[in-house]
Amino acid sequence: MSDREPLFSSKNIKLLTNPLNVDNPITVQVLGICSALAITVKLEPSIVMAISVIVVLSVSNVVISALRKMIPPRIRIIVQLMVIATMVILVDQVLKAFAYEVSKQLSVFVGLIITNCIIMGRLEAFAMSNRPWPAFLDGIGNSAGYGLILIIVGFLRELLGSGEILGYPVFEKIGIYNIGYENNGFMILPPMALIIIGVIIWVQRSRTKELIEEN
Amino acid sequence: MKSLRKFVDKIKPNFSKGGKFSKLHSTFEAFESFLFVPNRVTTKGSHIRDALDMKRAMSVVVAAAVPALLFGMWNTGYQHNLSIGMEATIWENFVFGFLKVLPIIVVSYVVGLGIEFAVAQIRGHEVNEGFLVSGILIPLIVPVDVPLWMVALATAFAVIIGKEVFGGTGMNILNPALTARAFLFFAYPGWMSGDTVWIQGLTSGDGVIDGFSGATPLANAAAGLSEKLPSTWEMFLGTIPGSIGETSVIAILIGAVILVATGIGSWKIMFSMAAGGLAMGFLFNAFAVNPFMEIPAWHHLIMGGFAFGAVFMATDPVTAAQTERGKWIYGFLAGIFAVLIRVINPAYPEGVMLAILLMNVFAPLIDHYVIEANIKKRRQRINS
Repeated sequence: MSDREPLFSSKNIKLLTNPLNVDNPITVQVLGICSALAITVKLEPSIVMAISVIVVLSVSNVVISALRKMIPPRIRIIVQLMVIATMVILVDQVLKAFAYEVSKQLSVFVGLIITNCIIMGRLEAFAMSNRPWPAFLDGIGNSAGYGLILIIVGFLRELLGSGEILGYPVFEKIGIYNIGYENNGFMILPPMALIIIGVIIWVQRSRTKELIEEN
Repeated sequence: MKSLRKFVDKIKPNFSKGGKFSKLHSTFEAFESFLFVPNRVTTKGSHIRDALDMKRAMSVVVAAAVPALLFGMWNTGYQHNLSIGMEATIWENFVFGFLKVLPIIVVSYVVGLGIEFAVAQIRGHEVNEGFLVSGILIPLIVPVDVPLWMVALATAFAVIIGKEVFGGTGMNILNPALTARAFLFFAYPGWMSGDTVWIQGLTSGDGVIDGFSGATPLANAAAGLSEKLPSTWEMFLGTIPGSIGETSVIAILIGAVILVATGIGSWKIMFSMAAGGLAMGFLFNAFAVNPFMEIPAWHHLIMGGFAFGAVFMATDPVTAAQTERGKWIYGFLAGIFAVLIRVINPAYPEGVMLAILLMNVFAPLIDHYVIEANIKKRRQRINS
């Protein structure tokens, strides 16, 4: 291979950065919404979920990309699912061993990473037709884009809904409860997560030129 | 009037294109056309216009809400004095209530109109007057003790998320006033339910006479305390605890007459919603297994916000069904769901708000099928 491109060519950097903004899995592709609604009540589970998805997606992207020439096209979905499921079980076991409380909070949603549309989508759309290194970057980029939104939503919901950040009672320390402030119970309910994501999409679209649609 | 017109004409050039305040053009126009019917003529498209434009329609609704508002102010004072065991004249009661309700109205209007004007400047379109009505309806459907900053937050939420993101007045799916109430209800349930928030001063408990309960008739009925229910006449007249403007059925009926007479509110929706509520109430009576199911069906119409919802909320021309047959279905289902949620779901003693919001969402679907059915019928007539 004489036309070997550098590891971090501009094309590869794009794989990493595009999903953070103009090609964000949640706000632009609108994938993986269900888990974003379910586990973002607090910031901590959101962060753990983001890391889990980063691990699962980047590793399975690399594995599928390495195997891509050996996988018979007719059973590729099954093979992809096998890889994802293996990774998810590994992540689940690690969480249970080292972060039991969070893993209990996340409950079935760790297992449900298997059905997260972002992961299947990236394997099918990218890893099946690209080399392992770009596939790895693509996996990191997409899952980081997903995690970014998760963390923003989780931060807002925990702060406004429970008055805490990572369990630290910020609002109580500042003392705004004394002047009549109250936590917003709506923030804890899933509909508010949808509304927050909607507002993020709104802000993103009005700030990013590429995303503004012509009427 | 004439000197005002002259003044408006004098400052007008400042606001037109190239003028000093051209950025505030839409604000100026909003105030101008609020005071005077614009004399512009259309240059293309349809030339025939109804004399009743949106601003006049909105003013009529606000006028229709005034009886409920005045009664609500008096009732606020009356309930407060009842709770502390004081005798007071009608006038004293009214002034007390007026001073308690006025801040809520001011907050609702300042926040809502502020956002409307800001959005109009940013988008460069005319200020829509839709908020004139929402601004008066929001204070009428909240408990008198609700903190003002919550009213402000809920109003902002309703105007931005409930209305402006869909494109402003006329484009919203959900009734903005009810959106504000739903937001308050889910965000701060402690201030929107229970038996202390409905009467001014009961939350702090200062000077309240022993054994006084501020529970609404609905709360008592839901708790199975039928013997504590006020008399039918009291509930009809409205001398009961409740949200500011929703208690008096008489005052609401006066508003209903104004709305129906001017053709702004649809009598079909009001009538069919009452019919739906009654039908569901009779159904519960027939299969009653608890005291709440046993209360007379027509009591549902005079308790809680049913009357207010049917007259002022369900009839909102933007969010209601548009077709004539659709209005019957829409109202009837809203009535059924209101009583259903009320009686079956203990978490939501007041089902009217949720029922109307639900039917708001379904209104376009109802219209679609009514139109489809009509097309089908006419096609059959041609073919036969």
